[in-house]
Amino acid sequence: MKADHVSYTLSDATRARFDREVAKYPADQRQSAVMGCLSIIQQEEGWVSSSAEMAVAAYLGMPPIAVAEVTTFYNMYNQEPVGKYKLSLCTNLPCQLRDGQQALEHLCQRLGVQEGGTSADGLFTVQKTECLGACADAPVMLVNDRQMVSFMSKDRLDALLDQLKNEA
Amino acid sequence: MGQRLDLSRFQAQGQESCFHGKHIQPQIYAGLNGSNWSLKDYEARGGYAALRKILGQDGGEGMTPDAVIADVKLSALRGRGGAGFPTGLKWSFMPRQFPGQKYLVCNSDEGEPGTCKDRDILLHNPHAVIEGMAIAAYAMGISVGYNYIHGEIFEAYERFEAALEEARAAGYLGRNIMGSSYSFQLHAHHGFGAYICGEETALLESLEGKKGQPRFKPPFPASYGLYGKPTTINNTETFAAVPWIIRHGGQAYLDVGKPNNGGTKIFSVVGDVNAPGNFEIPMGTPFSKLLELAGGVKGGALKAVIPGGSSAPVLPASIMMDITMDYDAIAKAGSMLGSGAVIVMNDTRCMVKSLLRLSYFYQHESCGQCTPCREGTGWLWRMVDRIERGQGRMEDLDLLNSVADNIQGRTICALGDAAAMPVRGMIKHFRDEFVHHIEHKTCVVPAYV
Repeated sequence: MKADHVSYTLSDATRARFDREVAKYPADQRQSAVMGCLSIIQQEEGWVSSSAEMAVAAYLGMPPIAVAEVTTFYNMYNQEPVGKYKLSLCTNLPCQLRDGQQALEHLCQRLGVQEGGTSADGLFTVQKTECLGACADAPVMLVNDRQMVSFMSKDRLDALLDQLKNEA
Repeated sequence: MGQRLDLSRFQAQGQESCFHGKHIQPQIYAGLNGSNWSLKDYEARGGYAALRKILGQDGGEGMTPDAVIADVKLSALRGRGGAGFPTGLKWSFMPRQFPGQKYLVCNSDEGEPGTCKDRDILLHNPHAVIEGMAIAAYAMGISVGYNYIHGEIFEAYERFEAALEEARAAGYLGRNIMGSSYSFQLHAHHGFGAYICGEETALLESLEGKKGQPRFKPPFPASYGLYGKPTTINNTETFAAVPWIIRHGGQAYLDVGKPNNGGTKIFSVVGDVNAPGNFEIPMGTPFSKLLELAGGVKGGALKAVIPGGSSAPVLPASIMMDITMDYDAIAKAGSMLGSGAVIVMNDTRCMVKSLLRLSYFYQHESCGQCTPCREGTGWLWRMVDRIERGQGRMEDLDLLNSVADNIQGRTICALGDAAAMPVRGMIKHFRDEFVHHIEHKTCVVPAYV
């Protein structure tokens, strides 16, 4: 079992965002909105807990296990809490040929973490990831799932970390 | 975690990948600069003229659905997602008199390593995709469509949603488009990190809110697709090519390329080149020209190229420098054009280590449904890993081929083939490097990759 909230209540604002996703699909196919709803949960909470899965399941009228299947199948859903900034760096071959692996190692060293780990101050989680689909701008990295940064040399990684630390 | 950060100084703006002015006879990327993606700019470039034309809203007689499909057949447009299937033929498979709902789906789940062309289309020319889909839906009698966008390019998803709003407000989408009897609703859907969802039936499962595990074919999506209804799925670039074809005619599109390989194609040239980027060039352009556009090889002489995304068999420099970039020429050379991702490797690169990274990827992304793929991709990876670490055995080379043989053609979807083909290609063309690793417990080339 995951570490978890005891209960999870969807706010009106979250429900409004869910409704916008649900409206895209036929009335009898609410389940189609599950990926969108889970990514909204993750954006708001930083991760997807079991109780959040239950809330999404109830909202969409699907079995909780079917929601859990989605959360666990797709790589980008966080099944446990992560740092304030999740940094997902691509190391697939096209990025590797442009020093993606060195970028990952630099990031881990700078933050004192193993790949997949979170820094002691709770600010940064570092992950390696598969192809982000931006290979011409390699090495590329996602910040909190939704923003991509490019040409991430060691210098640019350092500058990014400085900026994020200042804004934290 | 939710707040948007100002990361603009770290974000690519498209100058390097798309606005470099090195396209040859571009159609989809023509005239783009990063700030002219919106509807009024698209219209100023002649956008939505093709949709007006088929609906007879330009003062002409309009085009029947059959005439649209005939023009696309004539153009020799082939699927840009990887399989290269003739688009017009695919459209003709859709049942015409089906009484229930039919669906149109755009596959923007661009995750084939090396490929980043659809991202630039969605970011910088999203209305070309919308117009292409509206034309396709008209031709096949479809009233609802979805664009499934790779979750990792969330900014492209948001851009596409903004373009949809513009198109709806202007009456290019929705009920009774431009006062005609034709209606088409289009929505955007995003993935969240699963390479397998680029496979069309896995994509449909994912769109239904499930794990992205591929379906058996047959039945094909044209008879049993989204929600069990007839569905046509095309790639982003395929749809984006359609407005040009309708405006200028199928023959003109065919003439830009070569027989059976119509039009332009966008190639993502990545890896060891001086200026990586997307290049839209006519089908049949020599590889040597494409390499020149990308600034030539970086860091050494050309050693090898994976010409169609990581799933395509690698080809050595000697073969690549003699071929043209089109479906038929690359297939004849023993590989495939695939998604148009051209991964360039210089002579400091170790082929064992390169294959190791790809093998890790395929075992990581196997959905686990079919035993040959689930077990075989892990086996391949572990064998390449031990060769890389100097613990390989000479019989591993035959065993690698044997495992690849027992995956290829024995799984529900093509991910198994995609995992097997790079292994076979690497051993076929670079066997000496694998032998050297096994005999000397070290690399032929001293560099790290």
